[in-house]
Amino acid sequence: MKFSSKLIGASFALVMGIGTVGNSAECIAPANPGGGWDFTCRAIGKIMYDIGAVDEPIKVTNMAGGGGGLAYGHVVNERNDDGDLIVAASSATATRLAQNAYAGMMADQVSFLGAIGADPGVLVVASDSPYMNLMDLLNAVMNDPTSVTFAGGSATGGFDHLKVLMALGEVGYDDVLSVKYVGLDGGADAITQTIGGHTQAMTGDISEVVGFLKSGDVRVVAVFTDERIPGFEDIPTAKEQGVDLVAVNWRGLYVPKDISEADYNKWADALAQVAASDEWAQAMADNGLAPFTKVGDDFQEYLAGVIADVQQLSKEIGVIQ
Amino acid sequence: MDLLANLSQGFAVALTWSTLLLAVSGCFAGTIIGSLPGLGPSNGVAILIPLAFSLGLDATEVLVLMTSVYYGAMYGGRISSILLNIPGDEPALMTTLDGYPMAKQGRAADALVLSGVSSFVGAFLATIGLMLLAPLLANVAYLFGPSEYFALYLLAFCTLGGLASKNQIKAALASAVGLGIAMIGLDNQTGLPRLTFGELALMDGVDFLVAIVGLFAVSEIFIFIESHGKNTAIGIKLDKITIPVKDIVNSGVTMLRGTLIGFFAGILPGAGASLGSFLAYMGEKSLAKDGNTFGTGNPKGVAAPEAGNNAAAGGALVPMLTLGVPGSGTTAVLLAVLLTLNITPGPLLFEERPEVVWGLIASLLIANVVLLIMNVPLVRLFVKVLSVPPHVLLPGIAMVAFGGIYSLSGSSHDLVLMIVFGLVGYFCRKLGVPTVPIILGILLGNNMEDNLRRAMIISGGDWTYLFSSGIAIGLWVAAIGGFVAPLFLRNLLKKPKPKI
Repeated sequence: MKFSSKLIGASFALVMGIGTVGNSAECIAPANPGGGWDFTCRAIGKIMYDIGAVDEPIKVTNMAGGGGGLAYGHVVNERNDDGDLIVAASSATATRLAQNAYAGMMADQVSFLGAIGADPGVLVVASDSPYMNLMDLLNAVMNDPTSVTFAGGSATGGFDHLKVLMALGEVGYDDVLSVKYVGLDGGADAITQTIGGHTQAMTGDISEVVGFLKSGDVRVVAVFTDERIPGFEDIPTAKEQGVDLVAVNWRGLYVPKDISEADYNKWADALAQVAASDEWAQAMADNGLAPFTKVGDDFQEYLAGVIADVQQLSKEIGVIQ
Repeated sequence: MDLLANLSQGFAVALTWSTLLLAVSGCFAGTIIGSLPGLGPSNGVAILIPLAFSLGLDATEVLVLMTSVYYGAMYGGRISSILLNIPGDEPALMTTLDGYPMAKQGRAADALVLSGVSSFVGAFLATIGLMLLAPLLANVAYLFGPSEYFALYLLAFCTLGGLASKNQIKAALASAVGLGIAMIGLDNQTGLPRLTFGELALMDGVDFLVAIVGLFAVSEIFIFIESHGKNTAIGIKLDKITIPVKDIVNSGVTMLRGTLIGFFAGILPGAGASLGSFLAYMGEKSLAKDGNTFGTGNPKGVAAPEAGNNAAAGGALVPMLTLGVPGSGTTAVLLAVLLTLNITPGPLLFEERPEVVWGLIASLLIANVVLLIMNVPLVRLFVKVLSVPPHVLLPGIAMVAFGGIYSLSGSSHDLVLMIVFGLVGYFCRKLGVPTVPIILGILLGNNMEDNLRRAMIISGGDWTYLFSSGIAIGLWVAAIGGFVAPLFLRNLLKKPKPKI
């Protein structure tokens, strides 16, 4: 058994040593593995390295907590000048900042780098549902709000919930508290409940429904984009159906506030290279993302507008005071 | 014959020298990760992700490595449950109840071999179930809505009382504490924080790994310090490994029942391996003739939860592959790996990417055989890690516990919280309050509450919605039966004599 104790020593060292892989740059995904933020870090990080935009592979750290608030606080308080750090962000980040859900931290406490893709918002019903199009569904809510429960992958007041209320607002229904919404643990869970008939409609992003759409289990009644999405030309936009709403879940990154301008430009440049690469085009196609590239100042301007809008809306619907 | 053709295609993918080597090393690393308190299958798989990608493995190889680690950790979790009374991961929790008493009676080797065989039976049959029925079983997940899930969790809590053979009031108190802890964090239905005292670190609630490691491992360290290293339970000697044929034969039916219960719990995305092993254990306790000796070192009490949790691990792959819904923390990590490899699980995965699915299934079968060999004849190897003297082992456990917990979220708050749980565990032990119900409260309480709240939103506050389907009614009946029956049985059967 002399041999075995050596083996054990070696494997012990293996187990303990795996956690640290050199001192390369780090991408924080502020959620557990499996979600959109995790995808953002892994896909963008991998492509950055593959196309040579960075020299070392980018290490992904999952830091779940407070709907991204824990990672936000970590960056603001502990890593504020770390030039080797990028953090995954999305519309949810902006929504929560707008709703003061990050313990009072503001959007200007980090530097938003850019967005390089967007997951278009959709409303989905089961394929045997009586609601054939967007107006059927919205009319049903207006006639009897108790007859429809919406399921979504985020909590009440989250972007999935807001999308439904925005769409109803566009057709003049503003009794927001009567609209039934249940938050589940992710979009796939929400769609499973909808196919099972426990809820009547699912609100989410198109990437969450692609598999179920292809298998014929669900019908997408509307996508919230300006134009129909390439590859999904059969799905009508909300605009075509008279509901003037564009709501996409952009995928992007932020970096700490006090990094050098050179570092900021380095990351902005690397992100722009990813956006232009064939690999990213393929990753977007595989995951149902639509092109949506805004990097640097352009993005920050766009974001300020979005945050102001969500803030305005959240006040109207009573999610914040 | 499609099946055989598919399977042989899968084996063609999985049976190369490099993938076999990955399977063996994955199983080995997984077993060690699983047996170390604080490192469970989910962080085991997660910390290997960067390694897998930096080695430049292809999709199948990555999957083989990841699933070997996953299954390895599920096997390994039992080792420290039996030898140290510290569950290596949350699904191994139930194995402490009879495994550790067995070890104290000098039957540690028997318990390890028996649980190894049970793990194999559970995992192997579940893999076959996955292979034959996955697309069909996905439909089971559709049947479960909020009212059905609520009734399922209710069933678990109603049978909890039977868990503590000595003092039911203390068990009820402990599960209430667990339920209270489960309420900490952002309320999923309103988005408002509860019991967080404005602390951002508490917004997502208490991670049950933090609670498990604190209540079991850290409190063990306190007890050790208090007794100056003399009066500690840790450091059970392991005899020569023999095959306890009699126990294995006796537990045959137990393993099958445990497998069935575990597999179905695994299929339900909201349930998972912990509930699977719990229900397998409680089910067996009420079905087996000698169920009243559960908790005192009954071999069946080891076989049932181990078959159950390993079967649940296989079952949990069903919704992950066919619906893209991860049923557990580990399958969530595996889902992430698949997505990174540009494989999107969903209803069409079996048709669109057969080589991935069947390669995965073949590698699961291979991993199981490797693990059986590793965990029965070679179990000494792993026991070596844990059978060093306590004054060497406990600092090691402390180190792994702190390292493992820190790796979860990279936050020092979790470490403080773990120590607090250690203190709670220490006082619970002194007061004779069982800690297992606390963990189950934390583990299951959130899901139970969420589903009740969802049911109430959907029905507009109408309670009859909770009994609106046959499945729900059946579960309610079972729950009420499980709660009431022990009260009567207790009077009929006098206090069970502990088997010596």
